[in-house]
Amino acid sequence: MGLRRYLANKTVWYLGALVVAVVLNFVLPRLIPGNPVDVLVSKMGQGGLSSEAQQRTYEAFMREFGLDKPIWDQFLLYISGVFNGNFGASFSFYPTPVSSLIAQSVPYTLALQLPAIVLGWIIGNLLGAIAAYKGGGWDKSVFTTALLFNSTPYYCLSIILLYVFAVVLGWFPVGGAYSLGTSPEWSWAFFSDALSYWWLPFASLVLINIGGQAVGMRSMAIYELGSDYVNYSRSLGIGDRKMTGYIFRNAMLPQITGLALSIGTMVGGALITELVFSYPGMGSLLFGAISSSDYPVIQAVTLLITIAVLVANYMVEILYGFIDPRIRASKSGEK
Amino acid sequence: MTNISSSAVVAEAEGPLVPVGLPTEPKKAKPGWRSLNFGSRMWIALGIIGFVAALAFIGPLFYPFGPDEKVGSLYDYPTWMNTPPTFEHVLGTENFGYDVLAVLMASARTSIIIGLLAGTIAVVIGVAIGVLAGYVGGWVEELLMGFTNIVLAIPSIVILILISISLQSTNVPFLKGAVGLALVIGITSWPWTARAVRAQASSVATREHIDVAKLSGARTPSIMVRDVLPYLASYAVMAWVLQLASAILAESTLSMLGLGPSGANSLGKQLFWALAFQAVATGAWWAFLPPTIVLTMISFGLLYLQSSLDEVFNPRLRRGKKKNLAKAAARRAETARKLAENQPVEVNA
Repeated sequence: MGLRRYLANKTVWYLGALVVAVVLNFVLPRLIPGNPVDVLVSKMGQGGLSSEAQQRTYEAFMREFGLDKPIWDQFLLYISGVFNGNFGASFSFYPTPVSSLIAQSVPYTLALQLPAIVLGWIIGNLLGAIAAYKGGGWDKSVFTTALLFNSTPYYCLSIILLYVFAVVLGWFPVGGAYSLGTSPEWSWAFFSDALSYWWLPFASLVLINIGGQAVGMRSMAIYELGSDYVNYSRSLGIGDRKMTGYIFRNAMLPQITGLALSIGTMVGGALITELVFSYPGMGSLLFGAISSSDYPVIQAVTLLITIAVLVANYMVEILYGFIDPRIRASKSGEK
Repeated sequence: MTNISSSAVVAEAEGPLVPVGLPTEPKKAKPGWRSLNFGSRMWIALGIIGFVAALAFIGPLFYPFGPDEKVGSLYDYPTWMNTPPTFEHVLGTENFGYDVLAVLMASARTSIIIGLLAGTIAVVIGVAIGVLAGYVGGWVEELLMGFTNIVLAIPSIVILILISISLQSTNVPFLKGAVGLALVIGITSWPWTARAVRAQASSVATREHIDVAKLSGARTPSIMVRDVLPYLASYAVMAWVLQLASAILAESTLSMLGLGPSGANSLGKQLFWALAFQAVATGAWWAFLPPTIVLTMISFGLLYLQSSLDEVFNPRLRRGKKKNLAKAAARRAETARKLAENQPVEVNA
């Protein structure tokens, strides 16, 4: 019953990671000497607010965000908020609730990232396997191009694509997610308008993901090509087509783990891509929150990103358990 | 950000560079470095890195303007685009009127220093935890790897952002600046190094020479340092190169979010200001292209260096020309034939 054990094992570890992440998300922002409201109110003070008004704002904020309570109560409040999806109100868009700010930006982030990760993974693996199998000039050119894209930071490629295709050539709009004058709605006109803004940020994400996966797949496939079962099957005269199938399936497995490990990096990179294109997703929301010291928003965004990454990783690992026959066969799980 | 984790998986899946339990080929008498095959890739990578390093550390000695010298106004054109062209400010000025090239040199220097510091911290922690877990095994391994896997699952960018926000509002200038940022990046990016090192260390731990060391009375710390670590050295070097690249990129990611080192220029901060002052939309390419290109060069150069080091250390990945492959195969066949003639074959441990 290797599979059941594997699933239980993974579930326990991911629950552990989730608990650690939720606690860290609460503790780290509170390492600030003083508290978030201090920072906020002192910024208001620079804006020319009188000291009496400052004092009143300070107290109101402290009550509103429960910062006058002991730390333990704050933690309980935070936990119950996490379960109810209630993250309080934003500092800078007071009294808009954080959850509605997030609900506005999540669709944009998902629309960019999901297709970029999935397509990037599929195309990248195919390219990498072909490069490894064909070798020679094909391998060299694919590998070098893939390595170049893989090592280009997300935001660098974004900036270059934005400059070349939007500013110089004018093929795409220069930033944002839809034209001025239109507003998000379920209509074909809005959808096609939004699509023209979507291409560039999507391209910059998917190209890099393809590069990363192709580099990984190429080395896995080369490793498989040199293994004993390949030599043996070749000596038996098994055809190329069948061999490629074997190699591909064996080289795939580590790539699935690789996907789980790199989702976090991809999400982090995509946040900055949104900034470059002023795409109104979670990255831009986070950026705005950081520059205005909007702690409730920062905390909610980081928590959501963490949970999303953990859930994605968990699902990939569960999938892996069903795909890899060794897990079903073995008695003990993998470390 | 660069996808370095896939390389970590590759390293982990490949296990130790020499298969365990199989008879290894007899060691050649010539010194190890003679067999290093410095391909053209290595030279390209070293060239790119050398260029950036020269720009950062030697450039400022010869360039007449400093990064804090106001020489013009918002986005002045590079002076060679003027009529008549001059070569005073080759890359024009940035949003505050500072010379872009002067700022670029200072930025590259800060970014490289942050990378070196953070990368070294990450590799030291990662190798220490990996060797300890892999060699000692048992509950120590369970504990350390459990911890590592948990940290690995949480996206490091989130932790980086949260800690940097806290650092920004401290009053300690040391923590707010480049050094503080390097510390934070270093102590958050070790987990995948630890994981990959553990996989290799635990297989090195089962080899015979470790038993010999134990029998001869060596203590555990001494075995770890003198008998396990050398086998991981090549991997540690490659991990360091990757950590260096990822630390420099992490710094620029944070800087672009507005969490950069205070009181210092860095490549990320240069991009941050360029975006804040609409350099891309207004077409002021000299303000954003130089840091973009330098960052890409650093990242590409280091990753290329890592992959060429990988081929030096791991001959399985080496794919020369067909002719050489055929030659090598013929050579192996010849050795095998000779071995078969001179029975019994010595299977060395």
